[in-house]
Amino acid sequence: MIEIFSLAFIQRAAVAGILIGFVTSYYGVFIVQRKLSFLGSGLAHSAFGGAALGILLETEPLWVALPFTIIISILIVYLKEKSKLSGDTSIGILFSLSVALGIIFLSLKKGYTSDAFTYLFGSILSVQKIDLLFSLLLALLSVATFFSQWKKWAYATFDAELAQADRVSVVKDDYLLSILISVTIVVSIKVVGIVLLTAFLVIPAASSRLISSTFYQMTIYSIIIGVLSSFIGLIASIQMDLPTGAVIILIQTVFFIVALILSKK
Amino acid sequence: MGNKAVIVENASIRFGTHNALCKVSFQIEEGDIATVVGPNGGGKSTLLKAILGLVELNSGSIKIFGQEAKQVKRTDIGYVPQIKTLDRSFPALPIELVATGVLGFWPQKFDKKLREICLDALEKVAASHLSKRPLSKLSGGELQRIYLARSIVRKPKLLILDEPATGIDQASEYDLNSLIGKYQEESNATVLMVTHDWEAAYHHADYVLMLNCCQICYAPPKIAFEEKNLRQAFGHIGHKHEMIFGVKRND
Ligand SMILES: Nc1ncnc2c1ncn2[C@@H]1O[C@H](COP(=O)(O)OP(=O)(O)OP(=O)(O)O)[C@@H](O)[C@H]1O
Ligand SMILES: [Mg+2]
Repeated sequence: MIEIFSLAFIQRAAVAGILIGFVTSYYGVFIVQRKLSFLGSGLAHSAFGGAALGILLETEPLWVALPFTIIISILIVYLKEKSKLSGDTSIGILFSLSVALGIIFLSLKKGYTSDAFTYLFGSILSVQKIDLLFSLLLALLSVATFFSQWKKWAYATFDAELAQADRVSVVKDDYLLSILISVTIVVSIKVVGIVLLTAFLVIPAASSRLISSTFYQMTIYSIIIGVLSSFIGLIASIQMDLPTGAVIILIQTVFFIVALILSKK
Repeated sequence: MGNKAVIVENASIRFGTHNALCKVSFQIEEGDIATVVGPNGGGKSTLLKAILGLVELNSGSIKIFGQEAKQVKRTDIGYVPQIKTLDRSFPALPIELVATGVLGFWPQKFDKKLREICLDALEKVAASHLSKRPLSKLSGGELQRIYLARSIVRKPKLLILDEPATGIDQASEYDLNSLIGKYQEESNATVLMVTHDWEAAYHHADYVLMLNCCQICYAPPKIAFEEKNLRQAFGHIGHKHEMIFGVKRND
């Protein structure tokens, strides 16, 4: 138990897992309350297009996936604002486009698809120093937004018009939130995998919603649930030699069921 | 004296090709109560939003206390929005909603002073007992009280209300109107209120703005509620006019 933590890659995985558990469950509360879980899933798939392009260009996929996903997220907000289409329609269009591009990029890169699978299902073993560095920077940035942005995001989440009447720059704040969610998603997919990422964004926040009477409480509980389940899930998956992302989600679901029972009391 | 709280000049607003507001001009003196009446879709809420700086004018101008709508100090204006289907999934307590009126952002924690200010405002609208009940479990009328508390807690010089009595039973509506009246008297604030209640407008307002995209009239209630104005604004009004104003207008 103790000795597994002496292995370098396990250390990296543990730190990355906890950081990712933190950022996903933090932004998750906004995703859940703004009913954006489809955005989370859409952006995760968009990141696949970017990562595939990175693989094709033989550079670090993260470097390509990051700007690629941010651009897609900005396009989604832009398309929604400028056209009469609903948010999920513009997400649907851009997300399928990204996946289609990803598939084409990978097919151009003949006989080299193992990396792509890492992105689809996640692999804790593949966490590199650079991923760790990014997770750390993102986590620090997110802590900073908790003190500077949270109160404005929360206000706009409750009622964008009231916030705007109080001179909150709602549109600018929404772009910032979208960008940070994109970064969170790109940084997380290596560990969690595209397919399972939505759970990280949704389950801790939803569990927390069940037992919270204020949005502040919901944020705090969500982070606690997110970090705890990542940590527990990581250790359990290594012990049992099971895929980490999937095990973490099982643990999250246990938290959800407990919250459900508590909320019915 | 005689300072203008609101000056609207030739204000027009279009959404795409649809005219929502057409060349509206009126002025409200500080300390006056003005009401806006008109049919559904007549541009009443749009006008209020323009005054709050939430909607851009296509032409014309709006001055609040001599300033552009967006330049006015946040705390000078209190706003009660038209009740929408509140997002009942958002976890919040009434006292938090009131606190946004003080802070201008969503509260994380309460210190003693903030809590006292908010409870005080809730007490003014006779809703102290609701301070800890989840927002999602309040009735429409209870919610309107909270919104009213939120709007007056910052002691605004201009109070803007969009149909604050919608969905409220008659007794509570009377309460709400008297709460608004009480705040107005205490603080000598200017009030601009959209209402579908002609009778209340007739009795309490200094001026009535009648809107149906175009401005039908802006005048003291006795003149504004003349039958020809109402017909022009609402089309067929049947016997409603007689029922509400018939007796009073003959004396
Ligand atoms: N954001 C918007 N985009 C497009 N059209 C809008 C928008 N807001 C309002 N409108 C249109 O402008 C017109 C005026 O709407 P408004 O909400 O101001 O009416 P109202 O007088 O407040 O009506 P009600 O009595 O039903 O509240 C309506 O025809 C409405 O469809
Ligand atoms: Mg309206």
